[in-house]
Amino acid sequence: MGALDELTRPAADGDHVGGVPARLVASPGSTAEAAALIAAARELTVVIRGAGTKVHWGPPPRALDLIIDTRRLAGIVEHAAGDLITVVRAGTPLADLSLGDQQLVLDGPAGATVGGTVAANTSGPLRLRYGTVRDLLIGITVVRPDGKVARSGGKVVKNVAGYDLGKLFTGSYGTLGLITECAFRLHPVAAARVYVRAAAPASVVAAVLSAQVVPSAIELDSATGEVAVLLEGTPAGVRDRASVVEKLIGGELSEQAPAWWGVPPWHPDGIGMKLSVPKSRVPALAESGFPVRGSAGTGVLYAAPRDITEVERLRALCVRNAGHAVVLTAPPPVRDILDMWGPVPGLALMRRIKDQFDPGRRFAPGRFVGGI
Amino acid sequence: MTDLDALARRLRESLGSGQVITDRQELRTYECDGLAHYRVVPAIVALPHTAEQVATVVRACADAKVPFVARGSGTGLSGGALPHADGVLIVTAQMRRILDVVPEDERAVVEPGVINLQVTRAASPHGYYYAPDPSSQQICSIGGNVAENSGGAHCLKYGFTTNHVTGLQFVAPDGELVRVGGRAEDPPGYDLLGAFVGSEGTLGIATEVTVRLTRLPESVRTLLAAFHGVDAAGAATSAIIAAGVVPAAVEMMDALAIEAAEAAVACGYPPGAGAVLIVELDGPAAEVEAQFEEVTALCEESGAFEIRIAADDAERALFWKGRKSAFAAVGRISPDYIVQDGVIPRTALPSVLRKIDEVAAENGVRVANVFHAGDGNLHPLVLFDDGVPGEAERAETTSGAIIDLCIEYGGSITGEHGVGADKAKYMPRMFGDDDLDTMQLLRCAFDPDGLANPGKIFPTPRLCGERPGRHRAAEDEDRFPGVEVF
Ligand SMILES: Cc1cc2nc3c(=O)[nH]c(=O)nc-3n(C[C@H](O)[C@H](O)[C@H](O)COP(=O)(O)OP(=O)(O)OC[C@H]3O[C@@H](n4cnc5c(N)ncnc54)[C@H](O)[C@@H]3O)c2cc1C
Repeated sequence: MGALDELTRPAADGDHVGGVPARLVASPGSTAEAAALIAAARELTVVIRGAGTKVHWGPPPRALDLIIDTRRLAGIVEHAAGDLITVVRAGTPLADLSLGDQQLVLDGPAGATVGGTVAANTSGPLRLRYGTVRDLLIGITVVRPDGKVARSGGKVVKNVAGYDLGKLFTGSYGTLGLITECAFRLHPVAAARVYVRAAAPASVVAAVLSAQVVPSAIELDSATGEVAVLLEGTPAGVRDRASVVEKLIGGELSEQAPAWWGVPPWHPDGIGMKLSVPKSRVPALAESGFPVRGSAGTGVLYAAPRDITEVERLRALCVRNAGHAVVLTAPPPVRDILDMWGPVPGLALMRRIKDQFDPGRRFAPGRFVGGI
Repeated sequence: MTDLDALARRLRESLGSGQVITDRQELRTYECDGLAHYRVVPAIVALPHTAEQVATVVRACADAKVPFVARGSGTGLSGGALPHADGVLIVTAQMRRILDVVPEDERAVVEPGVINLQVTRAASPHGYYYAPDPSSQQICSIGGNVAENSGGAHCLKYGFTTNHVTGLQFVAPDGELVRVGGRAEDPPGYDLLGAFVGSEGTLGIATEVTVRLTRLPESVRTLLAAFHGVDAAGAATSAIIAAGVVPAAVEMMDALAIEAAEAAVACGYPPGAGAVLIVELDGPAAEVEAQFEEVTALCEESGAFEIRIAADDAERALFWKGRKSAFAAVGRISPDYIVQDGVIPRTALPSVLRKIDEVAAENGVRVANVFHAGDGNLHPLVLFDDGVPGEAERAETTSGAIIDLCIEYGGSITGEHGVGADKAKYMPRMFGDDDLDTMQLLRCAFDPDGLANPGKIFPTPRLCGERPGRHRAAEDEDRFPGVEVF
């Protein structure tokens, strides 16, 4: 355990995950350091932590020896502007990426690192036009639970050589290994952008989708009864399309997003849910009486149910509408008696994947679907 | 009775005899896919009509430990659907129903044998289409597209198959029917769907696919720009991307490819062009107008000596005709050719093309270049005459050297045709032992017995549950017993 002593430090008060205290913390500064650490930590249970914005999401770990803090794995490795790609280290805060007139379009909850965003597969309003992590990630470097370093994908957008492990690690919640580097496809920053904001029913969403306006985002907040549409493009094009949207949904043009735009609707100590339904079922959620907020254009909404009964009712509503619902975060008393993930098709295969990557079940044990 | 005879009997009993082929002559129809110089006659061909029948066949294979290979339309260019001599070829040609078109959810649900273009045909009356558009879209199947993560000219803006599939039902290699995703996005758990798309039939057989439908654009504008050489055309491409324009497509052809296309389809490209660029913009009318002017100006500044703007759909079709027929067209100027598929960073285009010229000259063969310039996906066509002793080998060497160039410049050994049987030997040049071993952990989770399309993608199979060994490119004869290489 000599190596481990050099690579780790004793945990401090804040070093816990969902109330489970860690014994050790380590902050590797490179993929090689991370590999050495993980190889030395083969007997330990591990949870990976980025900026910590979502580390308490999900059930608590069954056991926890070591927290791997990724924040020293920071910085842009490469930004090839002519190729519209970047390679970044996983601990880099998304907000720190400065890419000139290009952007990595991941607008999930504020404060997150690149790796945390990939591992938790968070997304924001811009997913309507640009997709989510799985659409933007073109290459990944990971350290496996046995300390081996593996890469898949590459630095070119078009590439079908081998399995796409980036997809597998996206949304894997740290259960398959440590993500150390990610390559992403970038988009140009649009010359002009404007929001159309209106007090309007959810039924207008379908009209905006089928109009020829190519919205970058269509967000809805049922508590305020507002719908907001973001348009991006050339100044002339945006002006043109904004007036079409204005006619469709009413309201007014604004340089500013509404205050609720991209903000999760729950209190930090409350219950937070992610709901997903086919697009045409968005009005069914919006008119259910539960306040919902989020990407009405893709059918991915968020809610802050007050108790377990509301969780169950929301989940049932989603399932009835050909969708699903996951509890992202909940206070301990609720969390401990709740099936946070809900029913998960394909679970048997998922368990077999976990067994292959982490046969000792040491990485984020118990935090993922089906107790993985 | 051999094990295979017993298996054939079991399949006949459960599927019906018309859906199981064992006649040697009939089996020959299936001996190769679009990569016709690899041929293996399968032991049995099964033609299931439903997902349950696919599951029945796969379960029978799993019980008998007999390998199976899925086949859609057989247009693959990497030998992905190359049969196994002692295995079952499961052909999806009888599974061609479009199950649902749901424009209000922007989705369609189809069986795997459905032809790519049929999805667009079914959706277009509603104002929608299926965006991934491989040049083979009139014949290739959605199941094949899913397996290969196929792309097309318009993937520059719209992405590949993987970005357009939201739900999948598949038969896992143990015969289990699994359903993941659907019309809603972000299903919980590991992204099995993302892992399956592009897995080339090695993780199971897709039996039902839910795809995204994309709104037909309000406006489409296409130009054809002629340049004196590929450098200027490459510079124009870079200038367009640098200006922040994301065209629907940017396609390039060099002088030799143009010559072939003229000979084959008389597309009437500007005489004397050393390279042509087809640039297509689509989207809201006002947006397209503004950017089209910019693109035209950038082509002129980069040295285009003639720019034609398609006045109508007929003229646009003519621009594309030359490009879309390019593969087959080289048959007019050369008795034999190899279609290569590699990717480089777009910015490396001029230097890689120069190096391709050098390699071709050294080997005494000609290379016609056709490519998706916008995303750096090269399709060099290596021309040769099999009648001239040694020329086939020199063409093969040239083709391999081009792949090495792609790796050297930080690109990929395949952008859309897949690894298949053809390029497994190149995988260790692009990925290390641990990379390949890690990919195969996924395979072990799905297919511990290695029965689904064995020998494809990976040069050396991982023995599931054992420690990894070194990956060496095995000889084709070892990986594909009974293979005939033409
Ligand atoms: C002229 C020509 C032009 C082409 N242009 C393009 C292009 O622009 N872009 C591009 O990407 N490709 C292109 N291709 C290649 C080819 O058309 C694609 O790879 C296509 O997706 C193959 O579909 P298929 O139905 O013919 O599949 P097949 O060739 O039958 O099979 C391909 C692979 O998919 C597997 N498979 C088939 N069905 C299933 C299933 N249901 N479940 C699981 N696995 C399955 C097979 O085992 C095999 O590994 C072109 C080919 C030709 C001949």
